[in-house]
Amino acid sequence: MSMFDGFRFRSVTSPIHQMDPRAKFIYVCVLFAVAVTFNQLIPLVVLFIIQIPFVLIANVQKEWIRSMKGSGMFAVIIFFMNLLSLYFYGGYGSFTAVVERSLAMTVRFIVLVESFSIFFLTTSPDLLGLALEQSRVPYELCFAFITAVRFVPVLAEEAQGIMDAQKARGLELEGGKFIKRIRNYIPILIPLIVNAIRRSLELAETMESRAWGATKNRTNLYVLKPGRKDYYLISSAFLILAVSVYALTYIQFPSLTQMLGI
Amino acid sequence: MIKIEDLYHTYPNGVEALKGVSLEIQDGEFLAVMGQNGAGKTTLVKHINGLLKPTKGRVLVDDTDTTKLSVASLARKVGFVFQNPDHQLFSETVEDEISFALRNFGYDEKTVKERVDWALNLLDLAGYQKVSPFMLSGGERKRVALASVLAWDPKIVILDEPTIGQDSQQKERLRQFITQLNRQEKTVIIVTHDIEFVAECKPRMVLMAEGKILADGEARKVLTDPELASRASVVLPEISQIFLRLENLGFPRDVIDVYEAERLLLKRMG
Repeated sequence: MSMFDGFRFRSVTSPIHQMDPRAKFIYVCVLFAVAVTFNQLIPLVVLFIIQIPFVLIANVQKEWIRSMKGSGMFAVIIFFMNLLSLYFYGGYGSFTAVVERSLAMTVRFIVLVESFSIFFLTTSPDLLGLALEQSRVPYELCFAFITAVRFVPVLAEEAQGIMDAQKARGLELEGGKFIKRIRNYIPILIPLIVNAIRRSLELAETMESRAWGATKNRTNLYVLKPGRKDYYLISSAFLILAVSVYALTYIQFPSLTQMLGI
Repeated sequence: MIKIEDLYHTYPNGVEALKGVSLEIQDGEFLAVMGQNGAGKTTLVKHINGLLKPTKGRVLVDDTDTTKLSVASLARKVGFVFQNPDHQLFSETVEDEISFALRNFGYDEKTVKERVDWALNLLDLAGYQKVSPFMLSGGERKRVALASVLAWDPKIVILDEPTIGQDSQQKERLRQFITQLNRQEKTVIIVTHDIEFVAECKPRMVLMAEGKILADGEARKVLTDPELASRASVVLPEISQIFLRLENLGFPRDVIDVYEAERLLLKRMG
């Protein structure tokens, strides 16, 4: 669960938290696009490093480190999967090149986790919903999105209650073979899903009974207005994009082999 | 026997739910744990089947420290019926639901069948064997949850809020059922807010507030003490409130149930 902790909003007063979610979203999307475009290790490492100041300014170091640690296991799996597939089917000349490419793919994954982690850690679900609404996304979809995000902690608590109830009936969740361990989670998942569906139906009824959707043109108490900082962020996102396009076209990044002089 | 020695429990979020609770529950005893929300009632009973482990202090069930056993192995001795039956129902049929724990404990199929039939009859669920538990009413689902725990005949039965969602008829049946379990020498522990139900059952009572035990004694004594009730933020049963007011007229003040009140009033009226 530690990886998911790194995606849960933390209410901290910081310049990053106060920014317009749309500006942050554009920045994250640019980083995403750039990260998936590069295959080389050096630019991906640079992308990883340039995000660290954001973490420090937003004061979410602890949560960010937790998300990085949580993604560690997936990173290891990605590294070895790439290593094996590239070694046998990649057609690379040297093993070092295979390692470098696998490492690059792993860093790419970490950059993606890092950027989305910063976005979700510093953006409250309410502001996110407001941003979606002001981006002309239909209110029904915005509401569904915010509700889904809000119910995550409730579901986590319910999952704990279900696990307790099943353990109290002799269900061993720890130990045993892999397949058995997966099967043991069926008594947890079924009540969790059934209760989530029940809860959504109840929510729909209570919403309707409180005149949800009665007015077509809703107004909001708060209106998002991008400030100077937001325009700086959007500009720097486009600058990163421009530099990346230039680097992709004109710069030949040295490989690990060349850098180490092997 | 259950022995709780100077028990403290602090949740990971820093909430100190229990602050030095000590309690001894003898075999075959019937105990009701009461107190306002957040008093630590459920936290306390969750230590008995090992779902929670002490932050400080210890809990012994038949002289075995609960930290030494897994919840699943403690469950053989301690049956725990949760407040919300929907937290445990997942099988296609009522029969499968009741046999779930029996299969976890490794009973052979013949015994499983026998125990399931026994539990179905006990809780008046015969005829529901092949029905999906999700199609039952709230009260029926609660009974299925109860049957699925009683099926393996645990020595200690813990019921968390057993009366929630039950109509008065079902409550009366539950009361009779608990009395019957208690007569079979089982230790029964209920956690409840239903003070009228406790007044009718007359068990030993533990009153909790802010993670500590405020009072431990006979229901008749605890439920006729207005000062204790106010400290624990509970409202006394209506009968005891009336008889506390009638004390000046020569009535005893420790009357908590309807039958005794009726007898006393009829006697006075001649």
